Amino acid sequence: MTHIALSNVHKRYPGGHQALADISLSIETGELVFITGHSGAGKSTLLKLMAAIERPTAGTVIVNGQNVGTLRPRGIPFLRRNFGLVFQDHKLLFDRNVFENVMLPLDISGFSRREGARRARAALDKVGLLHKEKARPITLSGGEQQRLCIARAIVHRPAVLLADEPTGNLDAGYAAEIGNLLREFNQVGVTVVLATHDMQLAARLKPRLVEIRGGRLAS
Amino acid sequence: MKNWLAAHRRAFTATIRRLADAPLATLFNITVIGTALALPLGFYVILANLQSLARDFSPQPQLSVFLAQDAAAADVGSIERRLKAHNGITSFRFVPRAEALATLKSRAGLADVIAGLSRNPLPDAFVITATGRDAAGLDLLRSEFAGWPKVAEVHVDSDWARRLDRLLALGRYAVLMLAAALALALVAITFNTIRLQILTQRDEIEVAKLIGATDAWIRRPFLYFGGIIGTAGGATAWLMIWAALLVFNGQLRPLSALYGIPLQLAHLTGADSVAALLFAAALGWFGAWLSVRRHLTAHNPI
Ligand SMILES: Nc1ncnc2c1ncn2[C@@H]1O[C@H](COP(=O)(O)OP(=O)(O)O)[C@@H](O)[C@H]1O
Ligand SMILES: [Mg+2]
Repeated sequence: MTHIALSNVHKRYPGGHQALADISLSIETGELVFITGHSGAGKSTLLKLMAAIERPTAGTVIVNGQNVGTLRPRGIPFLRRNFGLVFQDHKLLFDRNVFENVMLPLDISGFSRREGARRARAALDKVGLLHKEKARPITLSGGEQQRLCIARAIVHRPAVLLADEPTGNLDAGYAAEIGNLLREFNQVGVTVVLATHDMQLAARLKPRLVEIRGGRLAS
Repeated sequence: MKNWLAAHRRAFTATIRRLADAPLATLFNITVIGTALALPLGFYVILANLQSLARDFSPQPQLSVFLAQDAAAADVGSIERRLKAHNGITSFRFVPRAEALATLKSRAGLADVIAGLSRNPLPDAFVITATGRDAAGLDLLRSEFAGWPKVAEVHVDSDWARRLDRLLALGRYAVLMLAAALALALVAITFNTIRLQILTQRDEIEVAKLIGATDAWIRRPFLYFGGIIGTAGGATAWLMIWAALLVFNGQLRPLSALYGIPLQLAHLTGADSVAALLFAAALGWFGAWLSVRRHLTAHNPI
């Protein structure tokens, strides 16, 4: 089943920069896809189009059969809840502890505090951070912060995980841990889309590879 | 519905937690709002007390109904029956023209003048004490009596009531204007407080939006915040006035004993207190709403 479909998508940022041109790509439910390419190729932009964080200047983006371009603004929050997002710049909240960071998506989707806490702890346990639930994110190592991002992304059990360079600044050991986590989610049926230029990770996980060069799909 | 209630409860507790996290700022805000509200509320309390004092000490307003010279005993009887049946008056007294003349005669210096008259120039009259004290009610009574047969003229000694009414109306007007000005100040205070809140929580708002929060979800805690500090400010104002009255009434007590009259100022009635709190809550909410409208759309990620 097709989960995400882009057809002839163009993205030009205000100011005139053409970030993506004529992208057609479809991702099936349960797939593990790596979007690769140099820095500035347009990987992050592609993920943002999928999650309706950016709108295409031309072409259509379809998620779960819904056309993102024609979605009413009120519908966008609910579309986004289909996704678990791991941002390139983390976007952790440093004024609250690890547990509260993971609670945020559950608060947003309206879980009761008790059911939310149960799920948040399960997610933290999954990424091996349960013993740090009271810690502030700033006191965590780079690898731990990345795992916290993943816990926050998967805590509401999304159907798709979009992760933007989750192993970006990590050394090989930490990167491998993250890779294993992503593979586990994929194995239980979550569609995983990763933007990365970590070819070592690609060699281990053997995902479908989609390469972008200068905003276009490399054949 | 259950979800919706739970969401509101969560927003409420989150707001309380947020307030408790910055106790000094919270206290400061509430005090400023409380002071701003205490002024018009205090004036209102003084006014209400003046009003009831004036009621207690003002003489009962009276109307004098003068009959026509040619009024017969039957006419007098019919007016008497009408007055007995009227529920706008407490009491009345009939003054026959002969009695009026006799009273006049007993006044020093007038006896000679009256003795020179060939006939009694005075009419029969009724002196009526009205139930209500307000000038408008008295005017109504006056025109009603004036319309009765054989009534020549009706006099109302309502000048005093009228003057008091005008004075109190002026006072109410002043309170209203003060309240309006300070309500504006309260809205401005919450507007700015919420603006600062939004600034400090910019990251949280951005992330929440990115991961699927609705606008309503993001607004809710700020609106609660406005409503809660408004209500707390209102309660503070109420307490300030309560304390002031306590001190003031303490000072009045020896004075009351001296004159043998109960001179004590009363606080707002229960209904007025509730209205004041609701008003303060609504103002805080409104200030927050304006602020959220102004500042949250400014960094909409999409
Ligand atoms: N918000 C933006 N406004 C303008 N240009 C942008 C914006 N985001 C990205 N770009 C530009 O679009 C191109 C693709 O960026 P991005 O998708 O972040 O690439 P990648 O993630 O592959 O490094 C880059 O040239 C970048 O400078
Ligand atoms: Mg990027």
